[in-house]
Amino acid sequence: MTSSHSTRFWLLRPFGERTTQLFLGVLLAALALVTVLHVALPQGHALHVNAYTVNLFGKYLSYALLAVAVDLVWGYLGILSLGHGAFFALGGYAMGMYLMRQIGDRGTYGHPVLPDFMVFLNWESLPWYWQGFDMAWFAFAMVLLAPGLLALVFGFLAFRSRVTGVYLSIITQALTFALMLAFFRNEMGFGGNNGLTDFREILGFNLRSSDTRLGLFLASGVALALGYLLCRAIVTSKLGRVCVATRDAEARTRFLGYRVERFQLFVFVVSAMLAGVAGALYVPQVGIINPSEFSPLFSIEIVLWVALGGRATLYGAVIGAILVNYAKTVFTGVMPDAWLFALGGLFVLVTVLLPKGVAGLFAHLRRRHVTQPQEASA
Amino acid sequence: MSFLQEIKSRDRVFDFLAPQSSRVDVRHGPILYLEDVSVSFDGFKAINKLNLTIDDGELRCIIGPNGAGKTTMMDIITGKTRPNEGSVWFGSRHNLLHMNEPEIASLGIGRKFQKPTVFEALSVFENLELAMAADKRILATLTARMTGEIQDHIDEVLVLIGLTALRHRPAGILSHGQKQWLEIGMLLMQRPRLLLVDEPVAGMTEQEMERTAELLTSLAGQQSVVVVEHDMGFVRSIARKVTVLHQGSVLAEGSMDQVSNDPKVIEVYLGADEEVA
Repeated sequence: MTSSHSTRFWLLRPFGERTTQLFLGVLLAALALVTVLHVALPQGHALHVNAYTVNLFGKYLSYALLAVAVDLVWGYLGILSLGHGAFFALGGYAMGMYLMRQIGDRGTYGHPVLPDFMVFLNWESLPWYWQGFDMAWFAFAMVLLAPGLLALVFGFLAFRSRVTGVYLSIITQALTFALMLAFFRNEMGFGGNNGLTDFREILGFNLRSSDTRLGLFLASGVALALGYLLCRAIVTSKLGRVCVATRDAEARTRFLGYRVERFQLFVFVVSAMLAGVAGALYVPQVGIINPSEFSPLFSIEIVLWVALGGRATLYGAVIGAILVNYAKTVFTGVMPDAWLFALGGLFVLVTVLLPKGVAGLFAHLRRRHVTQPQEASA
Repeated sequence: MSFLQEIKSRDRVFDFLAPQSSRVDVRHGPILYLEDVSVSFDGFKAINKLNLTIDDGELRCIIGPNGAGKTTMMDIITGKTRPNEGSVWFGSRHNLLHMNEPEIASLGIGRKFQKPTVFEALSVFENLELAMAADKRILATLTARMTGEIQDHIDEVLVLIGLTALRHRPAGILSHGQKQWLEIGMLLMQRPRLLLVDEPVAGMTEQEMERTAELLTSLAGQQSVVVVEHDMGFVRSIARKVTVLHQGSVLAEGSMDQVSNDPKVIEVYLGADEEVA
């Protein structure tokens, strides 16, 4: 466990770490490379990155941010959330509502205010909770506030009652399942089964143009970098050490005078907000948000990414998310039926051979390089 | 005008209205004072008219057979168990029976339990850092910086518990004895006035016991230390004054030689223990 007991301001602390410097370097280089290959090289060139691929990478990056959010609560606080898809989806819906309102009167039914599905359901006027989503600042604030508020209420009740371990995992699972059922209902006013789609533009930029897609890809990359830095700053602070202490010996931490449930709540809410941001970046890139994002299976899949990449490293979560989703793209293209078997097999292999995930493999190799052999085996 | 204010401020007239000072008043000598304390669980008298006085800076060993009430006595001092009768004072100002566990802990009474619990994933240094008396709210913890003063305090404790060389290693790799010392170090980070130590050498090697004896004797003077222990050899090596508990009250008190020659003590406790005879 590396820790900088620096006297620096807490938000700046991660910049002094080798791992963070390396991570940011690789991420920014990758963003720059994709941009150059996409913009500078002509279409048809062997190394040209087309708009479809840029869009795909952007999706991976938003998944990576989601994985970082899950790793923050699971890796460092020991809370295995099997419902983080709910926060992701809420952020996505907040963004989706903004994008729906941007369509204006260009929908199929041409109604100036109401989205198509409301006209179809014969609704007279906009429900109160759709008000304000025509303004970008309000919608973007909701991307943070909606998941944050849900996490605050849910976490307050759960942590105050000292629900932890497998019981907490089960109720997070129930939370996302309940939300999925609710969002499937047309009466909820979120498009029911079909969700929200047919988006046209974001902040005035046409969503179908390849420049906008590149912009969204870069925005996802920057969001990932900032999210990573924020999590890293939290983890390297004294609060991060209280989290690890809570994870390993909750009662002892409480005995030292820390109000453990408040620390859990704080980190849980931060994580939920990050997941919301990831959802908001995901939706304009895939062009749709529907209740399937609330599905318990998706939330479990996120946990798999983190486990594959390596818990409690943050960068491992990023590697895991990108690796698994890239594999998913390839596999579902080649053999759609075999994907779930491949995912399951991958998970079994990693658990057996690499209990600390891909990041654990990196750390092991690095230690071998640096220290004497007898210490490396310890 | 100021004279009027002085008259009007009632806490100067009525002593009990004065804001409770957190300073422990030890001008009269004792830091801990138990008088006629009794507690019973379902009719069983775990503590029976116990009288005990610990002086400021003293190192006291408490021995006694199983069920003599040693742990219950610790529970009463730390506020975990309430006695049925009697009084418990910390210094001559603080009535511990009117305070709850966290309040008593913040007064400066630290307790080490039998089984050591340290944070294994964190380094020795970080364990001490978390244990330090500080503002433990979320924002203060998030923005906390390492100052020279804190660093010095941690270094000081590291020297005391003999773990300076291992400061940056995870606490999980420490031996059983080292974990016990780290735990004592974590108590010291809270700058306690009185340390209650429950069976510190259980499961330790001879060398570790010697080191622990040195550590505890070096702590006495700065703070008062009360040690509950079964191991007679260990008690002999550290104790200046020993209290023998039996059936919830004090059977004998004095130097190790005095109590081990006391016929009553030999009869109920030491007689069976060949190590002492």
